[in-house]
Amino acid sequence: MKDPILYIPGSDIAAVDDAAPGTSVLRIRASRRAFIKGIIASGAVAGSSAFLFGGLTGCAPDQPGAGAVERLLSLNINGKVRRVDVLPNETLAMTLRYKLGLTGTKLSCDRGECGACTVVIDGRTVYSCSTLTHMVGQREVRTIEGLEGPNGELHPIQQAFIDELGPQCGFCTPGQIMSTVALLEANPKPTRDQARHALSGNLCRCGAYDHYLNSVMRAAQGA
Amino acid sequence: MSKDMMPMFELFQPTDLSGALDLVERYGADGWKVAGGQDSLDWLKDRAKRTKAVIDLTRIAEMKGIRETADGLEIGALTTLTEIEESSLIREKFALLAGAASRVASPQIRNVGTIGGNVSQDARCWYYRGGMDCYRAGGSTCYADTPQGMNREHCLFGADRCVAVSPSDTAPALVALDASMVIQNADGERVVAAEDFFIGPQVDIERMTVLQADDILTAIRIPNTWANATFYFEKVADRKTWDFALVNIAAAMRVSGGTIEDIRIVAGGVECVPRRLSVVENVVKGSAKNADTAKLAGGSASRGAIPLNYNQFKIPLLENLVMRAIRDA
Ligand SMILES: Cc1cc2nc3c(=O)[nH]c(=O)nc-3n(C[C@H](O)[C@H](O)[C@H](O)COP(=O)(O)OP(=O)(O)OC[C@H]3O[C@@H](n4cnc5c(N)ncnc54)[C@H](O)[C@@H]3O)c2cc1C
Ligand code: SF4
Ligand code: FES
Ligand code: FES
Repeated sequence: MKDPILYIPGSDIAAVDDAAPGTSVLRIRASRRAFIKGIIASGAVAGSSAFLFGGLTGCAPDQPGAGAVERLLSLNINGKVRRVDVLPNETLAMTLRYKLGLTGTKLSCDRGECGACTVVIDGRTVYSCSTLTHMVGQREVRTIEGLEGPNGELHPIQQAFIDELGPQCGFCTPGQIMSTVALLEANPKPTRDQARHALSGNLCRCGAYDHYLNSVMRAAQGA
Repeated sequence: MSKDMMPMFELFQPTDLSGALDLVERYGADGWKVAGGQDSLDWLKDRAKRTKAVIDLTRIAEMKGIRETADGLEIGALTTLTEIEESSLIREKFALLAGAASRVASPQIRNVGTIGGNVSQDARCWYYRGGMDCYRAGGSTCYADTPQGMNREHCLFGADRCVAVSPSDTAPALVALDASMVIQNADGERVVAAEDFFIGPQVDIERMTVLQADDILTAIRIPNTWANATFYFEKVADRKTWDFALVNIAAAMRVSGGTIEDIRIVAGGVECVPRRLSVVENVVKGSAKNADTAKLAGGSASRGAIPLNYNQFKIPLLENLVMRAIRDA
């Protein structure tokens, strides 16, 4: 972690450190965020992908082989139409994080085994690491970034997660919250067991499960 | 574990069945059908298998939805496991299938994973999935069936070079319900009993089902034969979420006046195909549905089992699940 910038492309190690206490790490985090925002704001979104994926194999658009072309898609993300060039073999997690700058969605196992990448599509939770972006079509995608209010205020579910000290390291939290969003929209007053079931596809390595369930139940009370 | 992208492929997104059939015929073994993608993408990410063309089936409207037919239900192959779990039609008549679907993987996987993909998924043996050149991958050895092989998850019955098991949770339920699979290719349609759909290594060591590269499973039909029967489903896995069944059991029975008149009982995780427990069926048919019959049934379930080094525990597990199915259904 000597040079945090080197860790940005696709690095979840840097992302884990986001939530660790300590000022030096916080500085890394600030610069990383600012760096990514800078890239996105520069308008070089599609062109930046090769750089953001830098060093990783198989993702450069100029990779030889049939079909290796990005196609322009209009995705419906957090209520906005986002136009983005997408490779055929690109997952939604990749598109969200590395092309649209929506890094709130985490990428951990990349195999459908943890839930860090959970987003909500048409009201249902989905692992974005295990979804081809081209297969999303016109459906409504919601990510953790879409929860904030018009003036940047926290969503009541996010507030409940803070009030109940839900997260420990925080890496699995966006996924836990998105599963809660889908649950409470379908069933505003779940039992604790229903909540447990709804969040069962979200692994927490810190084992903060009971805190998360407390958070869900508090959010449901407020609803 | 690599976090880079999958090797490049061409992506086709046909919107009707005839378009998809053209594509699977054109690409044959070089093409890969994707429904929910929850099994497929892992293969490609791990580079254990590669493909030139991915054929996305999810835009084919004809393959979606659950319909009542004259003699049962027809479930489109693209129906998600969540839709099956929540369908009132299925819950009312065939709660066995709804229950089995609800125990697959995790909520997120069930929201996307389809019943067609669930029954067509490939073996979960980790040597094979890790890209080893074993028999199932076209090689000439089995890494699991060795003294040191990690074979705790592998089979008790029907080993033939390969000792992998049927991984699906819905497959035993479909065999118990005497379902049939509707398969199409460029030459037309054929309907195959669920029991014959799954194939073992003695038939073809590189496939788990009768599906060929140019076949598309379009629907699954469940006859009313077992509608509203007495059902039992149980899955035992290391964790409640994500993990595949070590053993699962699905039973449909007709009980009248305390006697088991008829029964179909099927176990997953013990053979390369869902194993119909005919011995158990014969033992209990015509007997009182009570603890004694259940005990007898349990004991008969493991007849002929040949355990591997690390899976002996599956014998009492299977026996106890059968015992419970007969006693508690
Ligand atoms: C972490 C994890 C845990 C899992 N746990 C379980 C579990 O506990 N129980 C269980 O049963 N499964 C489990 N699975 C396996 C599987 O992903 C799901 O069961 C799911 O139902 C697969 O469906 P899909 O539509 O996503 O399949 P896909 O990946 O789209 O397809 C799977 C295979 O079937 C073929 N196929 C799909 N549809 C058709 C069709 N209509 N016609 C012809 N071929 C077709 C594809 O070509 C592919 O080879 C798990 C998977 C993961 C990643
Ligand atoms: S059990 Fe089958 S899939 Fe596993 S290593 Fe042996 S041959 Fe390969
Ligand atoms: S990163 Fe998608 S489930 Fe783990
Ligand atoms: S809070 Fe650390 S992984 Fe869940």
